[in-house]
Amino acid sequence: MKQLLDLKSDFPILSQKVNGKQLIYLDNSATSQKPQKVIDSITEYYSKYNSNVHRAIHKLGEQATLKYEEAHEKVANFINASKEEIIFTRNTTESINLLSHSLQISKKHNIIVTEMEHHSNLVPWQQICKETGAELRFIPIDKDGKLNLKKIPINNNTRVVSVAHVSNVLGTINPIKELSKMVHQYNALFVVDGAQSVPHMKVDVKDLNMDFLAFSGHKMLGPTGIGVLYGKKELLKKLHPFLTGGGMISDVKKDVSEWADIPNKFEAGTPNIEGAIALGAAVDYLENIDMDEINKNVKDLVSYLMKRLLELDNISIYGPENGDRTALVSFNLLDIHPHDVAEILDKEGVAIRAGHMCAKPLMDILGVNAVCRASPYFYNTKEDIDHLIKSLKKVQEVFAK
Amino acid sequence: MIDMYQEELLEHYKSPRNSGKIENPSVEFHDTNPLCGDEVTVTAKIKNNIVKNLKFESRGCAISVASASKLSEQIKGKTVNEVLKLDNQFVLDLVGVPISAMRLKCALLSLKAIQKAIIQYKEK
Ligand SMILES: Cc1ncc(COP(=O)(O)O)c(C=O)c1O
Repeated sequence: MKQLLDLKSDFPILSQKVNGKQLIYLDNSATSQKPQKVIDSITEYYSKYNSNVHRAIHKLGEQATLKYEEAHEKVANFINASKEEIIFTRNTTESINLLSHSLQISKKHNIIVTEMEHHSNLVPWQQICKETGAELRFIPIDKDGKLNLKKIPINNNTRVVSVAHVSNVLGTINPIKELSKMVHQYNALFVVDGAQSVPHMKVDVKDLNMDFLAFSGHKMLGPTGIGVLYGKKELLKKLHPFLTGGGMISDVKKDVSEWADIPNKFEAGTPNIEGAIALGAAVDYLENIDMDEINKNVKDLVSYLMKRLLELDNISIYGPENGDRTALVSFNLLDIHPHDVAEILDKEGVAIRAGHMCAKPLMDILGVNAVCRASPYFYNTKEDIDHLIKSLKKVQEVFAK
Repeated sequence: MIDMYQEELLEHYKSPRNSGKIENPSVEFHDTNPLCGDEVTVTAKIKNNIVKNLKFESRGCAISVASASKLSEQIKGKTVNEVLKLDNQFVLDLVGVPISAMRLKCALLSLKAIQKAIIQYKEK
């Protein structure tokens, strides 16, 4: 196995300069960069075997179909599921929309999310509650940015509990196993938004007993436009289709249709073939490094990042202490708007994110309208973080004038 | 080095002119920049179609706060139609530092807000 430190060279984009400075990319929670192998898998598809999947009786079609199906298998193995339990969508957002529409929510139900959700895992449920008259409830968060497990508003009418595995603002790792147990005691469905966890740690859907898991390929070295919805076989079989049309049927008459088996039932129309194949390549890359190594490496970087940020004066850091968090750190410098921080960092070659992080209810709870977020991935180094800190000091100098 | 953050601009950010809210305004309008969460509330006193007084209550970055501050100095005394005719370039010239594409919305938030306020006023 390669030393994690060497891995930057696998990512061609990282070697460039921006604004005359070496690029330090610390916006991985928004989207990760892509290794050459993933980029090559897309070129290879288009230069060697581009063809529509499933119904082609020719060599290229067969090859594309095999590769597309192999991608399901790779992703399935990656999260300890089986092949037919993997539905390819566009992204986490679409995966959750699929669920919210297919679960047949009704007026008597309530749906539970948390106060730390990304809009992706809030707005679709809000919307379905509006349409059906179901009630939307929230698990509150504590001052330290963790879920308050004593205040879970669950009851026998709870149909769905949908929770982020890792918060994209606070970095909190939520206690999925514990939540899963409780949710199942009430016979509700447990949905996990894995957008920020699957890229960073081994997520075993069986061990954690998730009913559904949604995540995005682009945050885990894959291309944009490919996402995943995992669902337990027996649940997916009962679910109504979301989009209908070609590819998802087994038989069509003038007035009625029958649905194909899972996962095809949920993959209507020509899928993102190259996206799926490239996601397969991304999974190969991650597994080759080893998810436990990645997890450890990112946690180390995050804990170093926390420690160095705390050296700065006039800084607020959001979320829990080290140990209960991963992936990212959100913060604010006193009296300096995150956009100004990000703009000046950009001049120094450092890319971070600034804004509401698609989590406005959480911003309200934190009492801010925006935050700065630095999010390392396994290819980042302590030197990257040192550079960030040096640049943040510069920001403070500019504003101290 | 960091052209955008000249002292003059930062001075407007730190002590924005015409900041806050007018009591009993002729019109009040709240606008946000959904991309970044910048917020501005404009209140204005309008008499005989002239903007006699206005204030911006901004919560945002240096660019959006400073542009509101600079804009407020220009708008007082203008007729509502003159204000409606102001274009983006007017604000960019006022701000006077290079604004990157991603930050245009920040710079223009206050102009959009006062223009929407005036449209609302005219419809009353
Ligand atoms: C926790 C979380 N959920 C959902 C999403 C949405 O992902 P996508 O935009 O790929 O649908 C994100 C990405 O920003 C996220 O961080």
